[in-house]
Amino acid sequence: MSNQTTQIENIDAMPKGVSLWDDAWIRLKKNKLAMVGLCFLIFMMIVCLMAPLLTPYGYEEQDLRLGASAPSVTHWLGTDTFGRDMLTRILYGGRVSLMVGFIATSVALLIGVTYGAIAGYAGGKVDALMMRLVDIIYALPFMIFIVLLMVVFGRNLLLLFLAIGAVEWLVMARIVRGQIQNLKQQEFVEAAISLGLSPGAIIRKHLIPNALGPIIVYTTLTIPNVMLLEAFLSFLGLGIQPPQSSWGLLISYGVESMEEYPWLLIFPGLALTLTLFALNFMGDGLRDALDPKASRD
Amino acid sequence: MALLTTSDLRVYFHTRNGLVKAVDGISFSVEEGKTYAIIGESGSGKSVACYSMLGLVPMPPGKIESGEVWFENQDLLKLSESQLRKIRGKGISIIFQDPMTTLNPFLKIGDQLIEPLRLHFGMSKKDAWQKGVQILEEVGIKNPAQRMKSWPFEFSGGMRQRVVIAMALVTEPKIIIADEPTTALDVTVQAQILKLLKELQVRRNIGVIFISHDLSVVADIADEIAVMQNGIFVEQGTRDAIFSNPQHAYTKKLLAAVPDSEKTNQQHENTYLISADNISVHFSGNKGEGVLKAVDDVSLKIKQHEILGLVGESGSGKSTTGRAILRLLDLANGKIVFNNEDISHYSRAEMKPLRRQMQMIFQDPYASLNPRTSVYDTLAEPLLLHKIVAKKNLDSEVFSLMDSVGLSRESVLRYPHEFSGGQRQRIAIGRAIATKPAFIVADEPVSALDVTIQSQILDLLLNLVNEFNLTMLFISHDLGVVRYLADRVLVMKDGKLVEEGAVHEIFNNPQEAYTRALLDAIPGKSLLGVG
Amino acid sequence: MWRFIGFRTLQAIPVIFAVITITFFLVRAAPGGPFSSEKAVSEQVKAALEAQFQLDLPPHEQYLAYLTDLIKGDFGPSFNFPGRSVNELIFQGLPVTAELGFYALLIAVVVGTLSGVIASLKPNSLQDYIPMSFAMVGICMPSFLLGPTLVLVFSIWLGWLPVSGWGSIPGDKILPSITLGAMYAAYIARLSRAGMLEVLSQDYLRTARAKGLPEYKVIIKHALRGGLIPVVAFLGPAFAGLLSGSFVVETVFQVPGLGRFYIQAAFNRDYTMILGTTVFLATLIVLFNLLSDVLAAWLNPRLRYQFRK
Repeated sequence: MSNQTTQIENIDAMPKGVSLWDDAWIRLKKNKLAMVGLCFLIFMMIVCLMAPLLTPYGYEEQDLRLGASAPSVTHWLGTDTFGRDMLTRILYGGRVSLMVGFIATSVALLIGVTYGAIAGYAGGKVDALMMRLVDIIYALPFMIFIVLLMVVFGRNLLLLFLAIGAVEWLVMARIVRGQIQNLKQQEFVEAAISLGLSPGAIIRKHLIPNALGPIIVYTTLTIPNVMLLEAFLSFLGLGIQPPQSSWGLLISYGVESMEEYPWLLIFPGLALTLTLFALNFMGDGLRDALDPKASRD
Repeated sequence: MALLTTSDLRVYFHTRNGLVKAVDGISFSVEEGKTYAIIGESGSGKSVACYSMLGLVPMPPGKIESGEVWFENQDLLKLSESQLRKIRGKGISIIFQDPMTTLNPFLKIGDQLIEPLRLHFGMSKKDAWQKGVQILEEVGIKNPAQRMKSWPFEFSGGMRQRVVIAMALVTEPKIIIADEPTTALDVTVQAQILKLLKELQVRRNIGVIFISHDLSVVADIADEIAVMQNGIFVEQGTRDAIFSNPQHAYTKKLLAAVPDSEKTNQQHENTYLISADNISVHFSGNKGEGVLKAVDDVSLKIKQHEILGLVGESGSGKSTTGRAILRLLDLANGKIVFNNEDISHYSRAEMKPLRRQMQMIFQDPYASLNPRTSVYDTLAEPLLLHKIVAKKNLDSEVFSLMDSVGLSRESVLRYPHEFSGGQRQRIAIGRAIATKPAFIVADEPVSALDVTIQSQILDLLLNLVNEFNLTMLFISHDLGVVRYLADRVLVMKDGKLVEEGAVHEIFNNPQEAYTRALLDAIPGKSLLGVG
Repeated sequence: MWRFIGFRTLQAIPVIFAVITITFFLVRAAPGGPFSSEKAVSEQVKAALEAQFQLDLPPHEQYLAYLTDLIKGDFGPSFNFPGRSVNELIFQGLPVTAELGFYALLIAVVVGTLSGVIASLKPNSLQDYIPMSFAMVGICMPSFLLGPTLVLVFSIWLGWLPVSGWGSIPGDKILPSITLGAMYAAYIARLSRAGMLEVLSQDYLRTARAKGLPEYKVIIKHALRGGLIPVVAFLGPAFAGLLSGSFVVETVFQVPGLGRFYIQAAFNRDYTMILGTTVFLATLIVLFNLLSDVLAAWLNPRLRYQFRK
């Protein structure tokens, strides 16, 4: 310790450290696929949200004289059998698909994180009981139940969110609980206890910041799962109902007439697949960046 | 006659962050029936050197830049992969460090043991099995015929390492490379394994390359020693030459790092800062196993400004005792008195004002710091929590803490992963002394560190004890370290106190058999002048 | 081991029971009975029908009656196909779905494991990127999109394979099987790659190499067992996914299997059929989960040992 350094008293003048978040961001930026995915996703969200401003056609605007026409200058992605502009329909459908993805994931996130954190922190009998319940629910064949729910109660968007959210929270709860339990045994948490910190402060300052990485990663990977589930139900005619639309529904219309008008299948299919690609690449990239131990390569 | 001669071996790694010269021109030879020890700290290149001779270093990124390794009239570095395979496990075997991970958990011991026999000698399964039983018996495993059918996890650490040694010896190799074979083991087990290795070596007249970070471990077994730093041998010579007449500064530093002095006896006031009377801590075991008595009826008293050493092997309950005294664990029985206050049944809220008086330093500096918190926040947390300084003085207080533990002020905004192990331990110590506590429990604070760093941290702790008038419970499995630091020593085994006494009494005149066994197990006793 | 199986079986029983109960009351709670939907029937006919299907009894008695029937293995009569029992319908569709599921699972396991293992042996090379890109496509392209796309390309444009059907034209089983198996092949590929990478970095593989074992033996004897445990554990969920996936595939390719019946029943509000099929499929899934858990545990000697005591 030289005298020179002892005189410096101004913290802000000190060189900034590289936090693990900075580190992760640097790693993520280096991952080209993840960045392409991120850009594509942002682009998709913007065009879907601004759909009414971007296209001159209405969503239900029919032009029966036109019928199903191939892509052209006036209709970039062609028109469907009623002469409706496909680009417009895909953008509007994207709003529903993306919304279902984000909202249902938020439901899963909220329930899963709370449940998992409580079980993990409480430990002991409470934990055992809570996790046994998760195990039992997990063993239920959910896909069949969701189909059943949709059949029985009609095709209700809110119910769809709840049903999908109810399936996806289980894994989130397990992940969070595992994280918290793991972290709880770390010496830095013991150090915080021996400093006299309250449980609330320990959860807030020491547990959550360290569990956040896997939570973010899993959230990103849940969104495509949820979107797939919605598309699956809509395809079977059990999800979104006309006049609302989603990519799954557009695909199912496309299948009906794919022999004559393949573009009715190809374009909504591409929209869904590319978005799922983007989300998965981002999820994988985030996992590599935030949780380097979980994904060795 | 030299079994193996290595000359001018260079292994470089071409990584994204540039060229790493892991091994940069080393030469040595191993004689029949002799042990050649390579000593160096982590990252010095000692393991890479040995693995590269057998083609076990991944290439790329590794590349052998130059050198020759002569063994049985051929240059190993010029052999093809399939030719090398005929040497591996037959001519030269390796014993790895951690017996918990070097055995395949999915295969029975016997299957793993006979694998090299079947491979190299084409033995029938029956013959190989018989030979396996013999070799297990030779390395001191009881009931070898039955144990052949056991899974790895059914063995303790020491027993597993015997199996690993058996596996290396079963093909009767000319040379064994032992890579830190005892580092993961308890001292008494370490002594047994070292003895076993020496016996086998003499009986079978094999050459051993012994890799270690710890000079004292090889003091009794090495014939020749090379000291390695940054990819080169800074010093090579016979054991006696290295120990009695070291030439290179680094060798001298390593030798000095072995604490060999006994703390001079200090007089302490006769008031006790903390006392534990007949405390017990129980853990509920798995179903049907009943309770585990981790600490069983232990009593201890620590005087003001005294350093009490608590010694024991893993599982002896020493760490649990330390945590129980700080009331980080609940007591099943007994009483703890701190500063004339009975804290045995205090709630969390009642403990809080006392927390600033009693602190803890943990073993693993990689786990004891929150990876997402900067040094500043780590050190400021206790200061703010216990309202020790006004907010406007916080910065200067953090800086003065950093000065106290020898951290550069410039690193105040950095995060734990940007520091080395030793520096991290300094941060952890800074956090523990931030509240100016009266009492500190230090749980193996140096056992995760390289030897030369260990002595620095020990000296820092001693200085702080004097500067801040601390009282300390110092927990360690390392008797040398305890002897260097402590005033009084307690020995624990299986949750019970075995022996208690002043340092020189325990070390020079141990009363209990277990204490004597522990002392006998210290590697390189001759060096320490204990006995 | 038997203790483990017993323990898991005991755990499965309440799950199956919960499935039956939830399904039963969910179906009963549906707004509008089975006969109120389309056909306008007179009050008398409706009452007669309800009596025939025991709908006039109080719910708990209906439930008990249903449970008693179930224990006897009787799923009751179909609402929609007069004179036919649910059992008949299930066992008419089951062999077809089972065959389709078997081919799909075979494709998923063989293709998935092989490509995952191959990718893991040389991470971050072409050998890794190519199979993993296909796996990514498999995950992002759901069966209801993949199926029609394959039909468009191989049947309509190229004319190589039949558009739909099952067992009537040669080659008509290829596309449905691939469509159903693709996504699970992709999951298994990713799982086995991750599992293998984990194992390949373990110290005991270094030990095996140091013994002089050739690389292929190191992989087959020492790495595969540990690396593929996650895949075995995934077989249960994969089976569940395949069953619900067969709803789509059977619809797309007009395969006369259980899945298509189920979807038809759902649209016709054939409640006994829905109820029966749900209970049947759910039980099958729970049992398959049990099987794959037991298999995964059996592969792990440590777990096997714990439950032997």
